[in-house]
Amino acid sequence: MILRGSLDRRRYLLIAVASFGLWLALWWAATALEMVDPLFLPGPGVVARRFVIWLRDGDLLTDAGISIFRVTSGFLASAAMALPLGLVIGAYRPVRAFFEPLLEFARYLPAVAFVPLVLLWVGIGEGSKIMVIWIGTFFQMVIMLTEDVARVPTAQIEAARTLGASGREVLTLVRLRSAMPAMFDTLRITLGWAWTYLVVAELVAANSGLGYAILKAQRFLQTDRIFVGIILIGLIGLGTDQFLRWMHRRLFPWAAVRST
Amino acid sequence: MTDKLIIRALNKRFNTPAGPFEALANISLGVASGEFVAIVGASGCGKSTLLRIIAGLELPSSGEILVDQRPILGPDRGRAMVFQDYSLYPWLTVLQNIRFSARLRANARSGNTADALAADRSLQLLELMGLERVRDSHPNALSGGMRQRVAIARALLNKPELLLMDEPFGALDAQTREVMHDLILHILALEKRTIAFVTHDVQEAVYLADRVIVMAPAPGRIDSIWRIELPPALDRTPELKRSPEFLTMESLILARIRATSGVHRDLEALQRFTGRIA
Repeated sequence: MILRGSLDRRRYLLIAVASFGLWLALWWAATALEMVDPLFLPGPGVVARRFVIWLRDGDLLTDAGISIFRVTSGFLASAAMALPLGLVIGAYRPVRAFFEPLLEFARYLPAVAFVPLVLLWVGIGEGSKIMVIWIGTFFQMVIMLTEDVARVPTAQIEAARTLGASGREVLTLVRLRSAMPAMFDTLRITLGWAWTYLVVAELVAANSGLGYAILKAQRFLQTDRIFVGIILIGLIGLGTDQFLRWMHRRLFPWAAVRST
Repeated sequence: MTDKLIIRALNKRFNTPAGPFEALANISLGVASGEFVAIVGASGCGKSTLLRIIAGLELPSSGEILVDQRPILGPDRGRAMVFQDYSLYPWLTVLQNIRFSARLRANARSGNTADALAADRSLQLLELMGLERVRDSHPNALSGGMRQRVAIARALLNKPELLLMDEPFGALDAQTREVMHDLILHILALEKRTIAFVTHDVQEAVYLADRVIVMAPAPGRIDSIWRIELPPALDRTPELKRSPEFLTMESLILARIRATSGVHRDLEALQRFTGRIA
């Protein structure tokens, strides 16, 4: 039994797959033995069949595609604004004093409650979904990026200054470079939250996308369809997360990936 | 000849939530060109603060601090500092770390020739420090002793007038530290820098320095200055540390530090206190 130290990759993968397998088996057993009403919990076979039909009908890919587009746009809009802001706030104390209280307030604003306002402001087009995602992720993102930049070891910065680095060089050659792996991780984590806000936006105000498909399935009591939607979002999330972890290892081999 | 570094009546006060804190009081000191001074003292005596002020990372509250007759107004490429730890850039290789200062605008002189010079010198330093084998490794793959060798090479690349070292071997084990001492002496014999070196290790101070400055806490001040009469840097060997003259010097300085640490005063207070209870 390994209590300390690290598990090698192959073993980790094996245990992870076993965990998925176990839950799948439990799910299958519960439905096969008719322990629950299939209306509440359809079996894995039914859900898989629904997935194939939905895929063949052609609109699953369209729904997934439009959802991925919205998440990506909202997330990129957040990141494009949060990255420079986080860098500057994290690096300069007066800027931090100016923005921090504001951001601490803003991040407790309930993004979901903004939906009616957003509809009023930007209508029911694509803009509204992207804006809900933006409201949900931007403030958290800036706060976390600020922390990443502020956590750069002081000795790295002071060493650069005694070697003759200007303020600008400290920012670009040291602070940014040093914080980059942590910032990349922050983006990976907030991308997961973007999916939450996407579904919120699509449940309330959309006529396409996975969230909307889930809502529509609920009206017709198609629980299997709801399951397909939920699991698919989960799989897309897992896939992108794993991809970004892999990227992190490739881009920053000298840094560790955050565990969350 | 006037001193390279001149400190006159320097004071440093920090404003803390508990009120103003007198970190340094009335410090006056001169360091000659090419001299190696070690600063020792009980914790809280302000030795690191003094070094940071020389580096320009902190400014004095009052008093004068001059390098070549010019006041220190901030950090400068002529005064490189070596830190105890975490100052290397983990995303750069050993060689890139050593060459870091060559990338800075302040050091960009005449384009290609300057680059070539820096490249040449970085390879020399790499060899001098015994780092050729790991030139393309990243710092996190190195031992603590090797990392500090990289940090010293990086600081030396620019040929700083003043090399400032803040407990550079404080995180190393005793054997590695011994090796580093001889490496430092060897390099200094070749490079001839003026050095201010802060340490809590009196043996280290006596072995390396021309003068040892003992500081005392509350408020941080200079207690005494000891001139070390030892053979020239290249003739010093680890055996010297066991010689009677060396040990005498070491114990005299240790006694000064103990006397200024304030512990005996606390003991008296404690006796008074327990006496009152009894």
